[in-house]
Amino acid sequence: MSAQITGAQSLVNSLESAGVDVMFGIPGGAILPAYDPIFDSSIRHILVRHEQGAGHAATGYAQATGRVGVCIATSGPGATNLVTPLADAQMDSVPIVAITGQVASAAIGTDAFQEADIRGITMPVTKHNFLITDPRDIPRAIAEAFHIAGTGRPGAVLVDIAKDALTKMTDFEWPSSLSLPGYNPIMDPTAESVRDAVALIADSKSPVLYVGGGAIKSNASAELMKLAELTGAPVVTTLMALGTFPDSHPQHLGMPGMHGTVAAVTALQKADLLITLGARFDDRVTGKLSSFAPNAKVIHADIDPAEIGKNRIVDVALIGDLKATISALLPELKKKFESAKPDLTEWWAQCNSWRIKYPLGFDEPTDGSVSPQYVIQRLGQIAGPDAIYVAGVGQHQMWSSQFVNYEKPRTWINSGGLGTMGFAVPAAMGAKVGAPDAVVWAIDGDGCFQMTNQELVTCALNNIPIKVAIINNESLGMVRQWQTLFYNERYSNTDLHSKRIPDFAKLAEAMGCVGLRCESKEDVDRVINEAMAINDRPVVVDFSVHRDAMVWPMVAAGTSNDDIVIAKSMAPIWDSQEL
Amino acid sequence: MSTHTLSVLVENSPGVLARVASLFARRGYNIDSLAVGPTEDPNVSRMTIVVNVEGHALSQVIQQTDKLINVLSIIELDPIASVQRELLLVKVTTSPETRSQVLETVQLFRAKVVDVAQDAVTIEATGNSEKIQALLRVLEPYGIKELVQSGLVAMERGLKPGKSHTPDHD
Repeated sequence: MSAQITGAQSLVNSLESAGVDVMFGIPGGAILPAYDPIFDSSIRHILVRHEQGAGHAATGYAQATGRVGVCIATSGPGATNLVTPLADAQMDSVPIVAITGQVASAAIGTDAFQEADIRGITMPVTKHNFLITDPRDIPRAIAEAFHIAGTGRPGAVLVDIAKDALTKMTDFEWPSSLSLPGYNPIMDPTAESVRDAVALIADSKSPVLYVGGGAIKSNASAELMKLAELTGAPVVTTLMALGTFPDSHPQHLGMPGMHGTVAAVTALQKADLLITLGARFDDRVTGKLSSFAPNAKVIHADIDPAEIGKNRIVDVALIGDLKATISALLPELKKKFESAKPDLTEWWAQCNSWRIKYPLGFDEPTDGSVSPQYVIQRLGQIAGPDAIYVAGVGQHQMWSSQFVNYEKPRTWINSGGLGTMGFAVPAAMGAKVGAPDAVVWAIDGDGCFQMTNQELVTCALNNIPIKVAIINNESLGMVRQWQTLFYNERYSNTDLHSKRIPDFAKLAEAMGCVGLRCESKEDVDRVINEAMAINDRPVVVDFSVHRDAMVWPMVAAGTSNDDIVIAKSMAPIWDSQEL
Repeated sequence: MSTHTLSVLVENSPGVLARVASLFARRGYNIDSLAVGPTEDPNVSRMTIVVNVEGHALSQVIQQTDKLINVLSIIELDPIASVQRELLLVKVTTSPETRSQVLETVQLFRAKVVDVAQDAVTIEATGNSEKIQALLRVLEPYGIKELVQSGLVAMERGLKPGKSHTPDHD
């Protein structure tokens, strides 16, 4: 038997055994014992400025790499500051593990200093969590945490460890196998369900491949391409799936949903079959559920059985890993198509007419200010499809989804489900750590940026040279847009005055970054190129943009996708047979 | 809405009841009753949960519950193919005139008296929900001073040795 070590050393050994190469965190009282062995560990620990930043950084790292992201914090407020990123990661099925210190086991339940029941608090926002009070349980809990976070439908897992479990002596043994009798993700769909799905596809005259974030999680882009080209069906990729199917591909109709393209939204509405691949019929995609895709049969492929029938009743459920599922569909479909391949010519004529009539676009402001869409479009064109784009939440996020062309998976990172403002800067930091050779652009709003920009200090001090484009319309733009449309232009508490205060360029400089400013259309390319040329430090560009620009098209919340609006008070004009 | 009896095998670990309760609360599932207790395996507990949902929502309840890592299996028990029991303790007011009638009722329902006081008797009864409700209806006119009832516990009929049924596609 090997010599005894502390629980803290056992934790660090466990993290190393789990393959962790980097973690984001902040020490504090209850987790302090763990920070002593971290000092000598091979794991790179990045000291953030706020625990929320650690959590989103872990998420950005996980989204960019496909590996499990790790964050670490102390008990009480350190742990509660992780609640938002845990909920965020869980909503978007991102694999992260959070390690938190807890007060000593004898003090648990006594309202001790910096005590919070973080296991209880995070139960609803994690895939699973642990409270460890015996040091012997540490290796098993860490091994299980990484397994649960990274397999099946990925998600957030928290491991809370009492301080005395970190200080007590214990034996370290990394478990060679795991015993999780209640956790058996299904990887392969049944042959019967595959046959049923193939029959529906062969029978469909107007199918749509409705692709969600699961396609990225299961690394199914290559298989998806084969399926798309075999079926010849139109493809729509949701906000979480952008990049998994190239935007430039002729079969790609764009993003569906509240701010999707007319072609993508309408194709779903008019389809006779939805081939749903790792998507979850989110309300931002379906609009008013009862009027969503009213004539469509539904094939739903998902690794999570609980997604089947949650929002939309399905005709065929394909439960399994998406890569395996598509791989199972392909040969069966090929065989079927030899005898009968549906003719989609008429369907494509319709889809193309929507695409040609209602392309994405934007109006140039008449007051001489810069259009935010133009800035984002140029940024995407100059940085190109190999860069990683990370957005916050709001108008700039939607424009980034619309006007940057995504060609590869894991090049678009955003907070889709929870809609966490302040996500971009820390997530971009995590993405850059995970993909150090990629150019990483955070496209952020001036509202979002003011929530988490302190992590630029972390970036500056740790050689994490991200680039940040602040799309500064001096307001909480998306909320302002809703006030314009639904609250009679009464702009209650959405004016941030951020053209004056803070001075973002100076703020960036104060945090050890390069601060740039762009106030005219003529300067946009020059400033982007200037930022692209700086690789030794983080760069922040304050793009001053038109404040009344709006995100179009739009399906107003709670209304039918049939009522999509392409600009203020402008609905598409349908041919009579399309209605 | 209709009631369904779910039999859930869970790992006997701290916090598992909180996980199930939290799931039901946040997803808005109505629990009529919940009973937890040990099984023949000390590492496993059984929860019997009676839920009040529509047919379609029932599969969501089952799937979401099954997703909890500590949940080992979950089945819906068919009321005909299972034995379902509740336990009732009820303290009924009695006078010298009514006592014999109350005791007769106890006999009829195969219940038993477990405590007697000057002006009351405490009755213990087990049975399915209908029997318990019927007994209470008969006792009510005498005056119910206090009442406590357990959640429903249930078990599949037959000799099947603990075969666990998991959702269709498992």
